Amino acid sequence: MSQTDIRVGGAQAPPTPGHTSRPWWTSRRRDQLAGYLFIAPQLLGSLLFVLLPLVLVVWYSLHEWNVLAGTFDFVGADNYTALADDPNLGPVLRATGLFSVGLVVFNLALALLLAVLLNQKLRGTTVFRTIFFSPVVVSLVAWTIVWGFLLQDNGGVNGLLDTIGVDGPNWLRGEGSAMLSVIVVQVFKNVGLNMVLFLAAMQGVPAELYEAAEVDGASRMRQFWRITVPLISPTILLTSIITVVGSLQVFAQIAVLTQGGPGTSTTVLVYYLYQQAFQFHHFGYGATLSILLFGIVLALTVLQWQMRKRWVFHES
Amino acid sequence: MKTGKGLRFTAAGLAGVLALSACGGGDEGSDGPANLRMTVWSANEAHLKLLNEIADEYRKNHPDVSAITFDPLPFENYTTTLTTQIAGGNAPDLAWIFENSAPDFVSSGALLPLDDTLKKAEGYQYDDISPATLKLWQDGGKLYAYPFSTSPFGVFVNTDLLKQAGQKTPAELIAAGQWTWDAALAAAGATQRTTGKAGLVIRDFDYKGWDNLSTFWTGWGAQAWSADGKSCGFAAPEMVDAMTALHKAIFTDKALPGPGTTADFFAGDAAMTVTQISRASLLKEDGFGWDLAPLPAGPKGDYAVVGQAGIGVLKRSKHADAAADFLAFLTNPGNSEKLAQFFPPPRQSQLTAETLAKTNPKLKPEQLQKVVIDGITTGVVKPNHAGQAELSQQVRAGLDPLWKPDADVKAVLDGVCAKIQPLLAK
Repeated sequence: MSQTDIRVGGAQAPPTPGHTSRPWWTSRRRDQLAGYLFIAPQLLGSLLFVLLPLVLVVWYSLHEWNVLAGTFDFVGADNYTALADDPNLGPVLRATGLFSVGLVVFNLALALLLAVLLNQKLRGTTVFRTIFFSPVVVSLVAWTIVWGFLLQDNGGVNGLLDTIGVDGPNWLRGEGSAMLSVIVVQVFKNVGLNMVLFLAAMQGVPAELYEAAEVDGASRMRQFWRITVPLISPTILLTSIITVVGSLQVFAQIAVLTQGGPGTSTTVLVYYLYQQAFQFHHFGYGATLSILLFGIVLALTVLQWQMRKRWVFHES
Repeated sequence: MKTGKGLRFTAAGLAGVLALSACGGGDEGSDGPANLRMTVWSANEAHLKLLNEIADEYRKNHPDVSAITFDPLPFENYTTTLTTQIAGGNAPDLAWIFENSAPDFVSSGALLPLDDTLKKAEGYQYDDISPATLKLWQDGGKLYAYPFSTSPFGVFVNTDLLKQAGQKTPAELIAAGQWTWDAALAAAGATQRTTGKAGLVIRDFDYKGWDNLSTFWTGWGAQAWSADGKSCGFAAPEMVDAMTALHKAIFTDKALPGPGTTADFFAGDAAMTVTQISRASLLKEDGFGWDLAPLPAGPKGDYAVVGQAGIGVLKRSKHADAAADFLAFLTNPGNSEKLAQFFPPPRQSQLTAETLAKTNPKLKPEQLQKVVIDGITTGVVKPNHAGQAELSQQVRAGLDPLWKPDADVKAVLDGVCAKIQPLLAK
């Protein structure tokens, strides 16, 4: 439609002096206005609830805000100095890193394995796909609360282990086991989503490539590494970005299962930020921590995007 | 084509209008009748019914107050939600405040001084309020919140379970002058071994809410920090003794359920529970046989611990004066007596077994005297300090290594003091 309009417009003679100019309210402007009005709800929402808070967070980070006393004092870079001197920050970043690495490795590996298994032309694969995907649509808090019961010392997981003669640990009370538990609960919750993405990507790989490889005598494993992985590498990039960013935002699982404990072993950055801002009422420092989080997410995303040139073989 | 464009244009316009209207908020002007809101922790139907009845009665004679709403916030996140509301510019007019955040609220200047309003209120009898209950809520000689509920801790006992285990009941031990922590823990451990049910549960502790352990360690004369709040008390010999006894009771004698194990006394899963008497409402009519005993004596003798909650008026409320006036009505002698069935009052004239028995049908006069009245007049308030949330988090993290069978109690408690002393010294 627009091409026709342009051609018709282009064929018109330029207005000669003395002629009245074209009306301002043209159909083109009307279309433009309609377009802007259509995006207005989304635009306003983004401005109000994304962009404005982002700017405000920077502003808050330069202030000491005492909510109860109602004071809001400019402190310059004090919160950033406090961030550099915070003795808790090291353990918090370590816990955050551990969680992210654990989640990304377990999640992507399991999702890829499930996708490979469920990509076979066998009876019943649809049922298994549904089963593995179903936790994705379950409420996160409900899922976590149920796992909280299962992981108690006298809970379902240890009950199950007991039947095979294994004395399970007190999952949520041991420093290592608590982190492992939180990671596993999160992996089981979301692995279905990555699995579906991998499945879709695998089904887009042309069958003739495998046929040719078989003719050449390539084993199934060789076909997987030489054909499947390179051709689904854009999806691996996408899922890894989504999973890394998601892992840095983990909150509900920590709040429900461990509250950052035992000790500070599961106090990840978002939970620490919540504690500082909403429990200890250090809103200015909380804002500073959120800027740190923003910086980390941005840096990791840019890094992954840059690295795609090295390991994404096939990008449409 | 023309109709299509018109439709598209109208639809886009409507979408824009919808978006704008969605962003608009309600409007409550400061002029005109006051619309008061009070945040409370309880969503209990009976509690809210009584509060609403009192509010309705108040409004009959106060046309300047158009509505009084009680806004229940979840207990677990009560203070966090309240402060977030204040930060978001949506402060309530009146707020229920727990003892652990009392120093922060009272010293911050967020609350309206109440002395004048309460003293001037007709028939209020301000001097009837027990001075001991006011202490936490005063700063610089001014009262910033009314001690609405002073609820002592006691031990609820499942007498059926203790008898099944062949143990003496607390009533029998009290009669024999043997109601001590040693005896209570021995009975709890024996019940656990015999029946498989939990022995004694310190309710709401769950290896996180450590301030509830003050119901235990106060018997050893221990305290979380000194009275002036400047020195850590966790490494003191009294605390080490108390925590050693507790650690042994948990991991050696199995008198308390271990970490990560839950047992609900009111569901019949435990022989005894330490909790506030207001929890009596959780007892079922046709449930097990039960009793209520005062806290057992520790090595330092008899003692009592109380939990407190106050109601304050937020200074930044548009209707602070109306809110203070309503608070004076809510807590006058007549309404205080009505509320006593749920919230033990600070009024000395109402702290009699006879008065409390009228509204606490589940408790016997001697239980009310021993646990409630004696508790309120002699009780130590649960730990509270300015910046309690941060302190509390540090203590919880510091105590975590204690909840293992092979923990070095002294070393862990030294570690707690190392963590919190810099905060206390601030």
